[in-house]
Amino acid sequence: MTSNIRHKHLLGIQHLLADEITHILDTAESFKEILSRPIKKVPTLRGCTIVNLFFEPSTRTKLSFELAAKRLSADTVSVSASTSSVLKGETIIDTVKNIEAMRPSAVVIRHSSSGVPWLLAKHVECSIINAGDGINEHPTQALLDAFTIREHFGRLNGLKIAIVGDILHSRVAHSGARLFSMMGADVSVCGPVSLMPPKPEVLGVTVSKSLEDAVEGADVIMSLRIQKERQEKALISSEREYARFFGITSNVMAYAKKSALIMHPGPINRGVEMSPETADSEQSVVLEQVTNGVAVRMAVLSLLLAGSESQA
Amino acid sequence: MRFLLKNARLLDPGNKTDIEGWLLVEDMNIALVGTSQEGHPDVSGVEVHDLQGCWIMPGLVDMHVHLREPGQEYKETIETGTRAAAAGGFTSIACMPNTNPCNDNAAVTNFIISKATEAGYARVYPVAAITKGQKGRELTEFGELLAVGAVAFSDDGVPVADASVMRHALEYASSFNALIITHAEEPSLATGSMNEGVVSTLLGLKGIPNACEDIAVFRDTCLAELTGARLHIAHVSTKGAVEIIRLAKRRGVHVTAETAPHYFTLTEEAVTGYNTFAKMNPPLRTEEDRIAIIEGLKDGTLDAIATDHAPHSVLEKEKEFEAAANGIIGLETALPLSIELVRQGYLTPLELAFKMSYNPSHILGIGGGMLKKGMPADLCIIDPNVTFTFKKGDLFSKSYNSPWLGQKLKGRAVMTIKKGCFTHKKSG
Ligand SMILES: [Zn+2]
Ligand SMILES: [Zn+2]
Repeated sequence: MTSNIRHKHLLGIQHLLADEITHILDTAESFKEILSRPIKKVPTLRGCTIVNLFFEPSTRTKLSFELAAKRLSADTVSVSASTSSVLKGETIIDTVKNIEAMRPSAVVIRHSSSGVPWLLAKHVECSIINAGDGINEHPTQALLDAFTIREHFGRLNGLKIAIVGDILHSRVAHSGARLFSMMGADVSVCGPVSLMPPKPEVLGVTVSKSLEDAVEGADVIMSLRIQKERQEKALISSEREYARFFGITSNVMAYAKKSALIMHPGPINRGVEMSPETADSEQSVVLEQVTNGVAVRMAVLSLLLAGSESQA
Repeated sequence: MRFLLKNARLLDPGNKTDIEGWLLVEDMNIALVGTSQEGHPDVSGVEVHDLQGCWIMPGLVDMHVHLREPGQEYKETIETGTRAAAAGGFTSIACMPNTNPCNDNAAVTNFIISKATEAGYARVYPVAAITKGQKGRELTEFGELLAVGAVAFSDDGVPVADASVMRHALEYASSFNALIITHAEEPSLATGSMNEGVVSTLLGLKGIPNACEDIAVFRDTCLAELTGARLHIAHVSTKGAVEIIRLAKRRGVHVTAETAPHYFTLTEEAVTGYNTFAKMNPPLRTEEDRIAIIEGLKDGTLDAIATDHAPHSVLEKEKEFEAAANGIIGLETALPLSIELVRQGYLTPLELAFKMSYNPSHILGIGGGMLKKGMPADLCIIDPNVTFTFKKGDLFSKSYNSPWLGQKLKGRAVMTIKKGCFTHKKSG
């Protein structure tokens, strides 16, 4: 049902072209239809083994990848690698080479250090899929966000998308900003300057001076998670003040289009990045994002792996 | 031992001369120097090397090398490091104290000197630690270390974080007229793994801003001014640092400075693809900084070119970018990369001889750096036009962590002579 894309790995949105993104999203659409059937399984990746190697705790992304693989009839193994193997002196390259000796078609990797998927892609034969590396990229999250937006508006081109919060530490923002701007959206970012990357414009965004500016006339508002330790490192003063000046509330939403969507990669700190009533409002598509995650990851896995030689 | 080097371009910073001529070596020393017109003395029975226009510089001096011995001999030993130095045209090198154990006492200094003498490839001048264990608290025994052969003091690898400790180190050093070399870095701003800017944004890596270096350079020049002591700034990488040093020199502060070939050759772009062979501290900066470094060399703000030769094995380099070790090897690439500055018209060959020989030897106070009758024959013979591919198998260093691996370079030392003996000779 699908033709392959020219990539072996999915490392980052930075390596994809607009028509490849469209192809992934189109493919995800057909998988979403399958997910609504009583029997939600297709034989696309029968005989393939996919290893989820998570060096960082994650429930939703890991679950989503596992489910996507199972729906495609692939075998999955999930390894929550704590630092234990690292403490034993094994390098990450050795760890992955050992896993590769068991002949998986793909390794889905999450790691706290930026660039690790690129490092592994240089050293292994199987496909590497980035499920989040450090503060760098999280390409499948950006794809599922794009999918969700496209489902609502039928397009990404010409939409105004505001990304609000900790842009510096958010791999979701980095992948999303690249993807949305590549697809023709007008992307603005907003947050405390202490949580901005040094040159945000290279990600294809404009930096808004105020939250109102960013949200003014927006079609989509994406709020990002703020982590407790940012306060300890003097990057923000308090959650209370953050909520007051950068939290998405109904007052802020008044600047956006009436039809605007509210997104969040989760998990949400209610009352901090978003007021509870905003999080639960009609406009919030947070749960749709989760559902769409499985379809998008099915599309990614099948496009990268269908027809690969390890398939039975 | 008696031999004649003829048909050479003699670059002598001592006399500030650049002439066509010849040089006679006798009993380990420079016996006579003359111009082509003058004609050389009768040399029947003497070995004659026709250099066919190659350059003769005084032996190169690298005032910033990490030799890794004692403690990390799998990366480099004093023997392999000095062999690499000879291959790069260097006859003298100063080695940094961050070995294991660190060079903060006379025993380690003695050990390094005796190992180097045994190897014989280059004169090795140990730089001892400023503080015990390079921990930034208690001063080492400067007087004793100087007495056994240390030529300067530095905690290189780590900055002296506490300004009052640095102040006292400078004061105490000045009682011995000793030199302090600062690895200028404000540690609280140095939490990233590359330059902070466009490329760090694109790669999702935490950056180190120029201010991290500028603040420390400014602090230490202020302390040198306050104390009147001699300060040398290691591996200058930023435009701001060049400007701060320029102004300090104008005020008469006793400050000198070096940069490394990577800072005038590469920029942060080299890190793209998470290339750990382009990871170093200070990090590779922007084009604007690179140009400012070249300007600093041109106008004399930056006195010396040093390599910061930092060998590492795959264990430290083939890993997560953020976890990989800082530093690259430099002894065998410094000359071709620096000759590029001559080719591009930024420096004359004679100016290059100042930056790579005369100035560092004078900053360290080790003598040499001149082509003068009666001086030890420490010489570097350079073919500026020969091209070669910089290959792993051809290296004398034990490590190969270099961003130039596999690339074509132009210009190299074809012979290196230390005390009248060949320590390196490139055949063919
Ligand atoms: Zn240093
Ligand atoms: Zn160093």
